[in-house]
Amino acid sequence: MEASQFKSDQYVRFCPGCGDHAICMALQKAMAQIGIPTHEVAVISGIGCSSRMPHYLNTYGFNTIHGRGGAVATGVKTSHPELTVWQMSGDGDCFAIGGNHFIHEIRRNVDLNVCVFNNRIYGLTKGQYSPTSPKGFVSKSSPFGTVERPFIPAQLVLGARGTFFARTLDVDMPTTVDCLVAAQQHKGCSIVECLVNCVIFNNGTHAWIADREQRAEHSIILKHGEKMIFGKDNDKGLAVEIDPVTFVPKMIVVPADDPRVLVHDAHQPDTTLHRMLALMGQDRYLEVQTDNVQGTKEELPIALGVIRNVEVETYDHAVNLQIAEARAKAKAKTFDELTATLESWEM
Amino acid sequence: MYPQLILIPKVRNIVVRFCGDSGDGMQLTGNMFAQLGAELGHEISTLPDFPAEIRAPQGTLGGVSGFQVELGSEVYTPGDKADVIVAMNAAALKVCTLGSHFNHPQAHFDDEFALYHRHAIVIVDTDSLADKDLEKAQYHTDNPFVELGIPESVQIVPVALTTLTKEALKESGMDNKSILKCRNMFALGLVYWLFDEPMEKAIHLLEEKFKKKPALVAPNTKVMVDGYNYGNNLALSVNRIRLEANSQQQKANGRYTSIAGNRATAFGLIAAAEKAGKRLFLGSYPITPATDILHELAARKDMNVMAVQAEDEIAGICTAIGASFAGDLACTTTSGPGLSLKSEAIGLAVMAELPLVVVDVQRGGPSTGLPTKTEQTDLLQALYGRNGECPAVVLAASTSANCFDFAYEACRIALENMTPVVLLTDTYLANGTALWRIPKLAELPDIKPQSVPEELKGHYNPALRDERGVRYWAFPGMEGFEHRNIGLERDAERGTISTNPENHEIMVRARKHKIEQIADQIPELKVINGQMVNEQMVNKDTLLVGWGSTEGHLHAAANELGCDLAQFNYIMPLPKNTRDVLSRYQRIIVCELNTGQFAAYLRSQFPDLPFEQYNEIQGQPFAVERIVNFVKKSEC
Repeated sequence: MEASQFKSDQYVRFCPGCGDHAICMALQKAMAQIGIPTHEVAVISGIGCSSRMPHYLNTYGFNTIHGRGGAVATGVKTSHPELTVWQMSGDGDCFAIGGNHFIHEIRRNVDLNVCVFNNRIYGLTKGQYSPTSPKGFVSKSSPFGTVERPFIPAQLVLGARGTFFARTLDVDMPTTVDCLVAAQQHKGCSIVECLVNCVIFNNGTHAWIADREQRAEHSIILKHGEKMIFGKDNDKGLAVEIDPVTFVPKMIVVPADDPRVLVHDAHQPDTTLHRMLALMGQDRYLEVQTDNVQGTKEELPIALGVIRNVEVETYDHAVNLQIAEARAKAKAKTFDELTATLESWEM
Repeated sequence: MYPQLILIPKVRNIVVRFCGDSGDGMQLTGNMFAQLGAELGHEISTLPDFPAEIRAPQGTLGGVSGFQVELGSEVYTPGDKADVIVAMNAAALKVCTLGSHFNHPQAHFDDEFALYHRHAIVIVDTDSLADKDLEKAQYHTDNPFVELGIPESVQIVPVALTTLTKEALKESGMDNKSILKCRNMFALGLVYWLFDEPMEKAIHLLEEKFKKKPALVAPNTKVMVDGYNYGNNLALSVNRIRLEANSQQQKANGRYTSIAGNRATAFGLIAAAEKAGKRLFLGSYPITPATDILHELAARKDMNVMAVQAEDEIAGICTAIGASFAGDLACTTTSGPGLSLKSEAIGLAVMAELPLVVVDVQRGGPSTGLPTKTEQTDLLQALYGRNGECPAVVLAASTSANCFDFAYEACRIALENMTPVVLLTDTYLANGTALWRIPKLAELPDIKPQSVPEELKGHYNPALRDERGVRYWAFPGMEGFEHRNIGLERDAERGTISTNPENHEIMVRARKHKIEQIADQIPELKVINGQMVNEQMVNKDTLLVGWGSTEGHLHAAANELGCDLAQFNYIMPLPKNTRDVLSRYQRIIVCELNTGQFAAYLRSQFPDLPFEQYNEIQGQPFAVERIVNFVKKSEC
C-alpha cells in the first residue's frame, strides 16, 4: 500500500516546524508498510496537539476526551480484536489526566499501538509544564520554575510491566517508521515514546540529540541482535560494569572493539538491562539543563529504537478466548435457554 | 392430629421480617420463605436490609441484618410493618422493636418507629438472651422485653432455637459451629408451620438451594422439619394463619420466577443484545448497590457477554464507548458517585452520537452518603449533570421485575436513536425481589439498530442523518465508511470539526430534537385508578404522581385514598399526553424520596400547573401510611 492511501482530506493544522508533522508522515508510511486496509484500522486519541492525529489519517478515527483515549481504545480492541487499534497521546494526556488508563492498558497488555508524543509541555493549552517537564522548568503555570519531580516514561512503562517500549525522535524518520512497524508487529501493548519538538512553547527540548552534529555522539539506535555501537565514527560501544563495593551494575562506554560490548536482546524477559538502557541519559531531563546542545561532562547516549519487545498473552485475546471456551461448553446459549434454567413454575 | 381441628383464620396479605446477626443467614432464610410463597401462587415483594459493615462483631447492634417480605394476593410493597418477626438474637430484637431509634439509650417501643405493629407475633431465640448477649446489644437490665417496653398485645413466642437445633443434630456427627449455622432453618420451619405451608415443596426448595453443597441438605432438612413439628407443640399458645389463595388477580398465564432488580436488569440487557443481533459489552467498576449486575454479566460468557471490570468508573464508561464506536451494544453500570465520574464521558457519547446504556442504581447521597440505602436523588444529575447543552434519554424502572423491561427498552432506544440512555433504578429495586413472568425472546418488541444505507459507501460522514434526525451508524470493519468521530463540535453537513457560530446552534438543536422525537416511540402515560380498599370518599380530583421505584407504595396509598396515580417510567422525554393527564386534576401531589427533584422538573415543563409535594429522605422506601396521612391532612 502507499502512504498516500492513509492521508485524509483534512488540512494538517500542526504549527509549522512542529515535530508532530514528522510523526504524522511516519505513521502514514508505517501503516502503508504494514499493509492493513484502512477500514480495519482504528486510531483513537484523547485531547492535545497529538490527539488531532486521527483527523489526518484516512482510517476509522475517534478523537475523544482528555486522557481517556486509552480506555476507549481498550474498549475498541477488546470488543473487536480483529481490528488494528492505535492510540495517539501526549505527555499530558497520558501521564497526567490519563495516567490511570495508561498504566492499566500496559498492565493488562491490551494489543494496542500507543504513540506518546513527548514534548515535555502542554501545547494546545498554550504552554504549561507537564509531568515530563524537568524540575525548575519555567512556564506560564510555573513562573518561578517547577518544584516537581518529573516522570521518566520508560520507568513508568516498565514499572507497569510493559512488554514493548521503543523511543524515537521526530527528526529521525527511518527509526520512527521502524519503531512504528515493530509496535504493530508486537502482540501486546506497544508504547512508542516519540520525542517531539514544540517549536512554539518548548523549542529545542530534545536539542541534545536532535542537533545533527551531536546526534551520533549523544544517542544510540538499538537493534535486536546487533552490537551496541554508536558515535560519529562508530567507535564507541556499551558495556555493563559492576561496582565492586556496592554491586550496583551500571552502563559504561568502551571502545567499539572491546570484547565486553553488549549485543541487544529486546526479547529478554528480564527487565534489568532494558531498564538500564532506557534510563541512559534520562537524568538530563530530571532538572533544567544549561548545556542543552553541547555538554561538557561525559554522558551515556540516549537509547532510541526498540528497547523491549517481549511476547505475553494479550488481554483482548485471553478474554475473547474465555468467552469462546465458555460458549463451546455451555448448555444454554440463548436468552430462552438461559431463562429455562431458572427455578420457575407455571401459573 | 390436634392442630387441624383449629380453624385457621385466612388473611389476604402478611408481612414477615427475619432479623438476626449478619452471620445468621437471614437473607437466605427470607429468600427461601419468599420463594416458596411465590411458588404457591402468592405475589411477593421483598426488602433486604443489610448492615453497613461487612461483618460487625457478632451479636452487636451494628451487625443486625434483616429481610422483610410481604406475601399475598395484592402485594405492592414489602409492607410498612411486620406481622411476624423472627429475632435470632438480642440485638435483632432491639433493632426490630426500636427501629431507627435503636441507638437511643431511653427508647421504648413506639408505634411510629417499631418495625412491627402492636398485634404482631415475635419469635425470639431465648438461648441468645444470656447476660453476655444482652451486654453486646447494649441492654441495661436482664429483661429485654420489659426494657424495650414491648406492649402486651404483641405475642411473644420464646423458642430455645439454639438448644433445639443442637438437639436435632446431636447424632449428625457435625461440629458445634456447623450445627449452629442451621439455626435459621429451625426458625424457617417454624414460620412455615405458622402459615401452614406444605413441607414437601419446602423440602424440595431447600434441596434446590443447597444443590452445590449436598452434604448440607440432610442436616438442614432435618432442622427445618423439626422446626415445623415444634410448631405443633406451640399450637395451644399461638394461632396459625393461612393466606387466601390468589384467585382474583388477573395474572397472565406463563412461567414465573422470583427475581431481584439487578438480575432483572442484567437479563434485560442480555435479551436486548440477542434481539438486536449485537454483542453485549459491559464496562463497569464495582460500586454498591450496582455490583450485582457486573457479577451477573461477568458470569454470562455463555451468552457471549463481554464484561470488562475497568480500572475506574471513567474507564468503565469509556471502554463501553469504545465498544459502541466499534459497533456493539455497550453498557455501563454504576451508582450515584460513579455517575458523577462518568458525566464527561456521557457528554462524549451525546456529542459523538453513539448508542450507550448507563444504568444508575441510585443510593443515598451525596458523596459516599448511604451506600446500602435507597434514595431517588440522582434524577437531576441524570437529566442535567453535564457540561454544555447535553440532552440524553432518562428512564426509570418501577418494580424489581420491570427492571427487565426498562433495561430492554433502554437498549432499544439507544440503538435505534444513537444516543446514551440513563436508566435509573435504586437499592430498593436492585436488592428487592418480585414475581416475574419469564418472557420468550419472540414476544419482546423488535429492536432495529440504526444502520447506514449502502449507497452512502464512499460518501459517508458522521453527521449524515435519517428523516427522524438520527445519524447513520457505520463502524470499523465496514469498507468505504471510514470516518473520524469527535467530542468536538462537528460541521452539520461534513461531519468535520467546526467552530462556526451558526453551525453550533444548528447542532445543539439537532441533538435536542433527536431526543424529543423519541416521544413518538414511547407509550402514553396511563393513570392507575385507586381501588378504595376502605370504601372512603372517592378522591377523583386528586392525583398522586411518582416516578421509578415508589410505584408499589404509591399504588397502595392511592388504593387507601381512592385517588389516582400517575407513575412515570419515561422521564426524558416525557410521554406526549403528560399535560393532558395532569391538567385533569385539581390536586397533583408529587411524591418522591428526595426534596422534590421530579416536582422541580415537572414545574419547569408545566409552569402553569399547581404541583404539591410529599418527600421523604431517610434512605428507606416510603411507608404507605405516612403518604396517606399526609394527603388526608393536607386536604383543604
